[in-house]
Amino acid sequence: MNASKDTSAPADTQAPADGHPPLTTDVVTTGRLARRGQSLTPRVYRTVASTLHGIGVVFAHAFHSRATIQYPEEMVYLPPRYRGRIVLSRDPAGEERCVACYLCSVACPVDCISLQATTDEHGRRYPAWFRINFSRCIFCGFCEEACPTYAIQLTPDVEMSEYDRANMVYEKEDLLISGPGKYHDYDFYRVAGLAIDGKDKGEAEHEAPPRDVRDLLP
Amino acid sequence: MTVRLVPALLAGTAPSWLGPLLTVLGVLIVVLTIAAGLIWYERRLLSLFQDRYGPNRVGPAGLLQVLADTFKILFKEDWVPPFADKRVFVVAPAIVLMTALLSFMVVPVASGIVVADVNIGLLFVLGMSSLAVYSVVLAGWASHSKYSLVGGLRAAAQMVSYEVFMGLSLVGVVLMAGSFDLSRIVEAQHGLWYVVPQFFGFVVFVVAGFAETRRIPFDIPEADSELVAGYHTEYSGMKFGLFMVGEYVAITLISALIATLFFGGWLGPWLPGLVWFLLKTLLFISFFILTRATFPRPRYDQLMELGWKAMLPLSLVNLLVTGAIVVAHH
Repeated sequence: MNASKDTSAPADTQAPADGHPPLTTDVVTTGRLARRGQSLTPRVYRTVASTLHGIGVVFAHAFHSRATIQYPEEMVYLPPRYRGRIVLSRDPAGEERCVACYLCSVACPVDCISLQATTDEHGRRYPAWFRINFSRCIFCGFCEEACPTYAIQLTPDVEMSEYDRANMVYEKEDLLISGPGKYHDYDFYRVAGLAIDGKDKGEAEHEAPPRDVRDLLP
Repeated sequence: MTVRLVPALLAGTAPSWLGPLLTVLGVLIVVLTIAAGLIWYERRLLSLFQDRYGPNRVGPAGLLQVLADTFKILFKEDWVPPFADKRVFVVAPAIVLMTALLSFMVVPVASGIVVADVNIGLLFVLGMSSLAVYSVVLAGWASHSKYSLVGGLRAAAQMVSYEVFMGLSLVGVVLMAGSFDLSRIVEAQHGLWYVVPQFFGFVVFVVAGFAETRRIPFDIPEADSELVAGYHTEYSGMKFGLFMVGEYVAITLISALIATLFFGGWLGPWLPGLVWFLLKTLLFISFFILTRATFPRPRYDQLMELGWKAMLPLSLVNLLVTGAIVVAHH
């Protein structure tokens, strides 16, 4: 604004002493101050030299290698932790890891995960059906963070385009993979204190046998 | 005006009007093909300078991309905005292509191969390039939109001021050759290309040529980042396509003129004249693209400052010195 400027003095007199940058951001004034005290010849030389130098630099780029990755033929490197297509993994024994706790569904900010919990004959909880609507999914990875059993995992795969939106809805059989994903040895039921068929209380790894708390009383 | 018959194979056997007609068709087809091919060439070359590939999917090396784009643009709706001045709006894009193509009439592509061997060829070219301003100004005016109008105004100011020393820079060449006839100017360069004695004229002409064709760094009438698309903001479909083709024809024209006036046109050893001419033209077209890849757009006052404070005095001094030397020789 004009009010903040010293309007009585011409713009040149606003320049502070040597070395200090000009106190204005006005390009015309800045340019004039930068040129002050310089004769024409070095200015012309500098202009011409920098112009030619610029052309030279750009021309040299013709001989640089190109940064483009020709996608369908060449694949972009996706690091192992890349957040892409969501899968449901299995534990080392080949059983489903998912215990249908709904935490992923709750954590999901766009509500794209839905499932129905049920229990099998061994007392293990599992999802009767599990559905992810990938046309809504934002690949934020919150479901993976929420999952207590490492069942739901994001994988470095992004090639899941479809012509039909309905095909973006993945059912449980589309999501389940045959392996353990990122965590090769993790088995929730082997470390958790939950009792299921064939593994009673206290039989989990690093778990002490259960005690009757009344023994502990003095 | 004498119209020369050229292809030697036709001489004698063909009716006398066939030769000139073939030359006209040949020049027209070649120029339009080059202009269309330039869209591909520019995109590929720009990509090369920017470490990427550019269009390389449609056809071999992406060559058919131009065809695909042409089909797309042809099938677009022929839309005139309801607020536009319809007649002027439609005529404006035709002028730009027409003037650029007419200028090619006097450019000799090889020894004797020229549509019209006018003895004031250079003046004709300058006149046509002045007329081309109308297309831009009228397009900006007829569009009745603020961006277009500002673009048109800028174009008028820029092109009128750069026209001044575009003409002046060429007077040195005319003085040395003693003719406005482009063929004679080329023939006068047998010993030495005019780029050596007329180096400053060459520099001024190249800069003015950038401004005349409204190319980066002097694309202020278009100025995508400030004016949407400047004078052709309201244009779409083939009318926009005409502006595009007109721009590329103008680039080809300026490159051909640089080759003709300063680099000996068709003169050159070993290869036939036509090949030399095309090679030189292509070199300067590539230079246009290299410049586009390099420079940012100057501010409007900087553009005017360069024009009136640097280029005009330079061309005047060049003219003065050339004139003095020519007079001393006689």
